[in-house]
Amino acid sequence: MRYALLINLLPESYAGLGEEEIAAVNAEYIALRADERVIGGEQLQPAETATTVRSAGGELLVTDGPFADTKEVFGGFFIVEAADLDAALEVAARVPAVRMGGSVEVRPLVEF
Amino acid sequence: MLEEVFREQWARVFASLVGYTGDVDVAEEAAQEAFAVAAERWSREGPPDDPGAWLVVTGRNRAIDRLRRERAHAQKIRLLDRPEPVEVTMDGTTIPDERLELFFMCCHPALAAEAQVALTLRALGGLSTAEIARAFLVGEETMKRRLSRARAKIRAAVIPFAVPRREALPARLGAVLAVLYLIFNQGYGDARAGLAAEAIRLCRVLLGLMPAEPEVAALLALMLLHDSRRAARVRDGEIVPLAEQDRGLWDTAQIREGLGLLDRALARGGGGAYTVQAAIAAHQAEERIDWPAVAALYDRLGELTGSPVVALNRAVAVAETEGPQAALALVDALDLDGYRYFHSTRAELLRRLGDVEGARAAYDRALGLTVTEAERRFLARRLRELRTGPQAPG
Repeated sequence: MRYALLINLLPESYAGLGEEEIAAVNAEYIALRADERVIGGEQLQPAETATTVRSAGGELLVTDGPFADTKEVFGGFFIVEAADLDAALEVAARVPAVRMGGSVEVRPLVEF
Repeated sequence: MLEEVFREQWARVFASLVGYTGDVDVAEEAAQEAFAVAAERWSREGPPDDPGAWLVVTGRNRAIDRLRRERAHAQKIRLLDRPEPVEVTMDGTTIPDERLELFFMCCHPALAAEAQVALTLRALGGLSTAEIARAFLVGEETMKRRLSRARAKIRAAVIPFAVPRREALPARLGAVLAVLYLIFNQGYGDARAGLAAEAIRLCRVLLGLMPAEPEVAALLALMLLHDSRRAARVRDGEIVPLAEQDRGLWDTAQIREGLGLLDRALARGGGGAYTVQAAIAAHQAEERIDWPAVAALYDRLGELTGSPVVALNRAVAVAETEGPQAALALVDALDLDGYRYFHSTRAELLRRLGDVEGARAAYDRALGLTVTEAERRFLARRLRELRTGPQAPG
């Protein structure tokens, strides 16, 4: 069974961190990739780099910024191959965002 | 008679079928079919020697039929990759009890609390959707949707049908106990005694499956000690406070059993929230309540739960040891304005301090928040007595 671990970061949790501390957090993310259950994943650039496209009255509307302006920001994801939800939750609990005030949403993928 | 057998067997049969098929929907349908066949056949021929095994085997065969049909359908579109199911016959082998796995699946924290409760009553209690809907005062369609959403999540997210690993067990067992206590309290709050009895029955089953867990014994003790006072709690449709209850109406057998279970929990090193609450309930069953001990237990419970409601109950014990003034200071420091017992407790303390105006205002607030008729009548009487002085008990 495959699950997406959708990582929501609290950007302000990085505010007080020095370069070394940020490097340590990044190392944790990289270490998670070594877990055999983690079969994929990507990190997103900060929300300030986002551009949103939608349709308004038949017109294409392009705006600066993310879809929703929230305290937590979607920062990246892992794809996990796990026997069941408990195994996926175990990996999710180790994502640094969880202890840094953010959250991880665990969603099963549609299997074709 | 047949109904009793069904009630007794449902959880085991359903659990076994979930374990066998790995699919809650298939298992439920197969279990229902097996019970329907049994109802028809047993009333003609009488029940078999081992009704549980018969039901499981019949249910398995029904499940296999369904999976075969699905497989035939799936093969046409090359989807399903399941081994060809094999027909099962009864061979006298014992069928393992998988109800514990079922408890942990139904009470998985990934399910909404209300869904956990409904699933537990359906899967382990064998209650019908209509019965559960009535117990929780929602429409049958609403309850049906709630249950089917929960089953859909179990299936899609693969919520495991398994006993959690040792590290995760305390937290997950806590979730199971919380569901049982919620069911009990739903039945205790008003006259729906059927739910309280069901919670006690389920807790007995759980204790049978996990006999070494002190908190399971403690929860059963707590429920029994509270339930023992059921007949005395309401008189003429009005709630009767503990101090005014007719002890002759208490169920002494339930008290004895509760005290025995509390001892068992303590002997097994119990010190969790249910053990402490059961210990408090045990003190309350005594002729003369040891209030300093009760206050100390509420202290401990407060440390374990951090709950302001516990602090409120502690204040009630403090009122008995240090007087109403000390208790009122504790109560007034709490942020529980929307809670009816906060106001009724304040009212009681103000009344004892001779502050009639303050007590009246607090009883009014409590009345405004009260949901059950029995409580409303009690508070209304207290309000009347404030004006006229207490009447001789009649």
